[in-house]
Amino acid sequence: MNCRQVVELMTDYLEGALSAVDRARFEEHIAGCDGCTAYLAQLRMARKIVGRLADEPVPAAVEKELLEAFRSWRSTR
Amino acid sequence: MGEASVDSELEALRAGDEAAFQSLVQRHHSSMFKLAMTYVGDRGVAEDVVQEAWLTCLRSLDRFEGRSSLKTWLFGILVNVARARRRKESRILPFASFFRRDDSDSHRPTVERSRFGSDGMWRDGPHSWDNLPESKVLGDETLQHVRSAIDALPSKQREVILLRDVAGFDAAEVSSLLGISASNERVRLHRARAAVRQTLEEYLR
Repeated sequence: MNCRQVVELMTDYLEGALSAVDRARFEEHIAGCDGCTAYLAQLRMARKIVGRLADEPVPAAVEKELLEAFRSWRSTR
Repeated sequence: MGEASVDSELEALRAGDEAAFQSLVQRHHSSMFKLAMTYVGDRGVAEDVVQEAWLTCLRSLDRFEGRSSLKTWLFGILVNVARARRRKESRILPFASFFRRDDSDSHRPTVERSRFGSDGMWRDGPHSWDNLPESKVLGDETLQHVRSAIDALPSKQREVILLRDVAGFDAAEVSSLLGISASNERVRLHRARAAVRQTLEEYLR
């Protein structure tokens, strides 16, 4: 495996979708390659930063409207 | 969240517990809105879609059998509402957006070929971010770059990365919510994450 092939397998690796043989060859390559080690760490970091988008607060006006909708739903039960 | 607390959350909602509903909204609304945007592309319409999904959820709460998690069920409703709205909107809007290049399902390389030598090894390899200050890597400006990178993705990749990495669904749930195969899901996720990494590399260099 060369670096160009390894970078395209990184998501399959992270998702646990590589066969045992490919996984072993992948890990063997990574162990001796600074560039691919850095790339893999960057993909993991990218995933972590993307995850922070979930923490964005709900706009107050939207929340208020939804809570009003909830109360009106509750009153019809 | 464990099974027991999910069940108790469902019970609380059915009993009309407003705090339980508010907590659900606070946890999922941001992901739902972003996902809706991948279908309709207009903030006002996306807000309508999310609101309709919440209302549909409330109205169907008594029929929900709990075979999936409450969260999966909620996002399933959102996807259905958003797709229906897109079909309606596409009858009025010009078709330009449908002709945008979309290589979401291709296996074309995600890293510039020129960065590798003829032997396929790095010529211009990535530089580790380990020595960068964490305040920069995890700062608000970085987040803004990530947001723009995701906004620029073709919608097929955007919906996958939003469900997987923002909403936090596992791979099987994403495939099932979108009705795509596990391998398609991984190809789209790979392209999306690679694009975000590329944007970060340019910013953090």
